[in-house]
Amino acid sequence: MTGGNDHHGHHHHHDDHDHHHDNDHGSHLSQTDARVRALESILIEKGYVDPAALDVLIETYETQVGPHNGARVVAKAWSDPQFHDWLMRDATAAIHSLGYIGRQGEHMVAVKNTEREHNMVVCTLCSCYPWPVLGLPPVWYKSAPYRAKAVRDPRGVLADFGVTLPEGKEIRVWDSTAEIRYLVLPERPEGTDGWSEEELARLVTRDSMIGTGLALTPAELKEQGA
Amino acid sequence: MNGAQDLGGMMGFGAVVPEPVKPLFHADWEPRAFALTLAMGATGEWNIDMSRRARESMEPGRYLTSSYYQIWLSALESLLAERGLVGPDEIAAGRSLHQSRPVKRVLAAGEVAAMLARGGPSERESDMPAGFAVGDRVRARNMHPTGHTRIPRYCRGRTGVIEAVHGVHVFPDTSAAGEGEQPTWLYGVVFDGPELWGEGTDPSLKVRIDLWEPYLEAF
Repeated sequence: MTGGNDHHGHHHHHDDHDHHHDNDHGSHLSQTDARVRALESILIEKGYVDPAALDVLIETYETQVGPHNGARVVAKAWSDPQFHDWLMRDATAAIHSLGYIGRQGEHMVAVKNTEREHNMVVCTLCSCYPWPVLGLPPVWYKSAPYRAKAVRDPRGVLADFGVTLPEGKEIRVWDSTAEIRYLVLPERPEGTDGWSEEELARLVTRDSMIGTGLALTPAELKEQGA
Repeated sequence: MNGAQDLGGMMGFGAVVPEPVKPLFHADWEPRAFALTLAMGATGEWNIDMSRRARESMEPGRYLTSSYYQIWLSALESLLAERGLVGPDEIAAGRSLHQSRPVKRVLAAGEVAAMLARGGPSERESDMPAGFAVGDRVRARNMHPTGHTRIPRYCRGRTGVIEAVHGVHVFPDTSAAGEGEQPTWLYGVVFDGPELWGEGTDPSLKVRIDLWEPYLEAF
């Protein structure tokens, strides 16, 4: 399989990627597809990668690790004052106690949204993101618009997400320039007294743990379920 | 280096486009590129700082018009070529053309979970005294290293306050250059929005940046 000899709108092999991306050319994508397939077969042929390991890596992040992990951390922090204090004091250990550990979450810090202050996390230099609790980052997190704008105009970013903070709320942006990974602890929505951790976790969106969103209100959750 | 990866504060990219949690990948090749990058990272032939250096060494025009997995793919190809593991001729041909040396380790399927759980902690034991303490005013140095660095341009020359002392961590600048970990103190430094962005900036904005001691000077 070769890449790049003729990609002017011809489809050399079966591929169905064109409809996935607005940004990319279909031809561009099929060229990348060919490049990746070629590279994979070269690395397997040279004995550098075990194809079964590739499948396990993909499956891990497609099915096991994702923002549902972080939602469980947040719901527990909302429900259990002792866990909340532990999370704020030593997030790495507190998060580890729920089984979330390792790559891109080796040194965790939780930052708490309050009535006074909102937090937002970015990596202006690359794509640093707390994998064990949030999974792999969304496209926008790794892309220029967010990485450029978050540190200068976080309220503008929130507007892109349809979020307006109350007048007078302060805003703090965390640029993940080292190996410390930040998890936003969103404010617990009103009207959730007596909810179980499982119920509360359903209010915790990925974006609320990055700080580009807020936790859902009970009414919003109902709407989503409808 | 002052490359295209150092995006903080740039303008003109347009709105951030939100997306749902699923699908995680947006083309069939993306999960393969992702897994190849992790599996080759596990060979021990390079470290995370070298990977970041390879990604940000992309020509700026290409960097800014590539998707993130395309950036990963491109960096993987250059790391493989630099180390003589896969030649550019082989990448062009799409198949192995010559014998290559074996890698240090090959990640087996059964080792993936343990490898991910272990991660790559960057903190190191040290009895080196910390140069700064919480509450100290510091200035981010006006420095423009040509190699890999993790001091964003937008804070260089600006003053902030040490808010956290994170311990002694691998220094990316030397680690990426193959000059060793040279672990040093890492701090959380808070900067006021107007100090970074000047007049007209939201006075309630604060930006917290993790910066190593060699990036800072007493103010």
